[in-house]
Amino acid sequence: MDILQTFEAIWAARWPILDGFGNTILISVVSILLGTPLGVVVGLILSYGNTALRFAVRLYSDFLRGTPVFVLILACFYILSVVGIQLSALQAGIFSLTLFCSSHVGEIVQGALKAIPKGQTEAAKSVGLTFFGTFFSVLLPQALRMILPTWVTTATEIVKASTLLSVIGVVELLLATQQVISRTYLSLELYFFAGFVFFLINFAIEKAGRFVERKVSLPT
Amino acid sequence: MTAPVLEITNLHKSFGKVEVLKGINLTMQSGDVVSLIGSSGSGKTTLLRCVNLLEDYEDGVVAVAGEQIGYTQRNGRRIRLKEKEIARQRAMTGMVFQHFNLFPHMSAIRNVMLGLIKTRKMRNDEAYATAEGWLDRVGMKDRKNHYPGQLSGGQQQRVAIARAIAMNPALMLFDEVTSALDPELISEVLAVVKDLAFDGMTMLLVTHEMQFAHDVSDTVVFMQDGRIGEEGPPDQLFHSPKSERLKAFLKSSKF
Repeated sequence: MDILQTFEAIWAARWPILDGFGNTILISVVSILLGTPLGVVVGLILSYGNTALRFAVRLYSDFLRGTPVFVLILACFYILSVVGIQLSALQAGIFSLTLFCSSHVGEIVQGALKAIPKGQTEAAKSVGLTFFGTFFSVLLPQALRMILPTWVTTATEIVKASTLLSVIGVVELLLATQQVISRTYLSLELYFFAGFVFFLINFAIEKAGRFVERKVSLPT
Repeated sequence: MTAPVLEITNLHKSFGKVEVLKGINLTMQSGDVVSLIGSSGSGKTTLLRCVNLLEDYEDGVVAVAGEQIGYTQRNGRRIRLKEKEIARQRAMTGMVFQHFNLFPHMSAIRNVMLGLIKTRKMRNDEAYATAEGWLDRVGMKDRKNHYPGQLSGGQQQRVAIARAIAMNPALMLFDEVTSALDPELISEVLAVVKDLAFDGMTMLLVTHEMQFAHDVSDTVVFMQDGRIGEEGPPDQLFHSPKSERLKAFLKSSKF
């Protein structure tokens, strides 16, 4: 492996690689930002919805979690266009990862809500809070603290899953790297490089998660 | 004549097939302090929780300040009120719990302010001043910025009392408020409750502290098997109990 040659190849292809990197970040951030609130709603319905609603959302969540992300991406890209919803590859990819994220966040939110003692709800009710007042002022702030570590893991899963969008032609970091490889034949070096960049992204997410965890931890 | 603060008529409540309240009648006027005593499973706590509808009840009427709690009669049918109405009614009473149930993610003063802002619609500064005043009253002003995790059980319970009473309720409900406390912390909480009682607060208490019930109550109610077994002024109930059940209960609670 010629290190210098590898760096030269990366440098020469810096713009397409940066483009790919930007897309990876964009896909991950948008999917997480859309998928998380949607997941909170999923968790809310799983915890407090009426029977019919809960059943429907249960089905939604189980289906999404039981399906490989790969299949989900292909389904969003090909099936939606059949039923007349035209999404670009990027949009379809973000859509599929958003659904994936929402089902996972939904499960961990439901678990967290279940873990909050019943007395919290009762105390909130006793000072006259409505259901939504109780949820937003008392339950959600506690649930979010609880889910933070798991949520960070989900975020890193989304980043990793974003590489799968290459199959529907979204030029994210992995596909951008593969395109450079097809010109330079430096497959080992460049795959290693791409892997290292993904590691750095997730490492940064983990660190940021730890930082926020410390910030919001309650004094004892 | 104004309506009684609390009027319970023929209250029935079941958990599944087990009937835990079998027709309770109880009336409290303004300033009354009533203690519910009795062995566990006699329905004391359930009765208390029906008053602010933490438990639904199947039959009878619970009325606070003349307003039926939780239900209304329409065309002869009993209909549960809307959640928003129930939330408003719950704020007519203040409740203090056995396990404090402070909100762990809020400082002491924020705990007291939450209901003032969300339910009483106070401005932030107004709520702050009110909350601070009540924390001072329960001796917790110097810890107002502490979080529940930084406070002892007795301190948490005093904050919880401030949280309930700051709402200016017509009636305070105390559910075994010292049962979860270490013995040396009980007196500081009882002192606060006593202080409120002598100040004229209308209070309904469930307690295992017989001496306290004796000292603080106008009326003591002995419950057995979901019914009121005996009721009367504390001296009468504690010193000349009529029924064998009450005699045995007082003996076992070492009064």
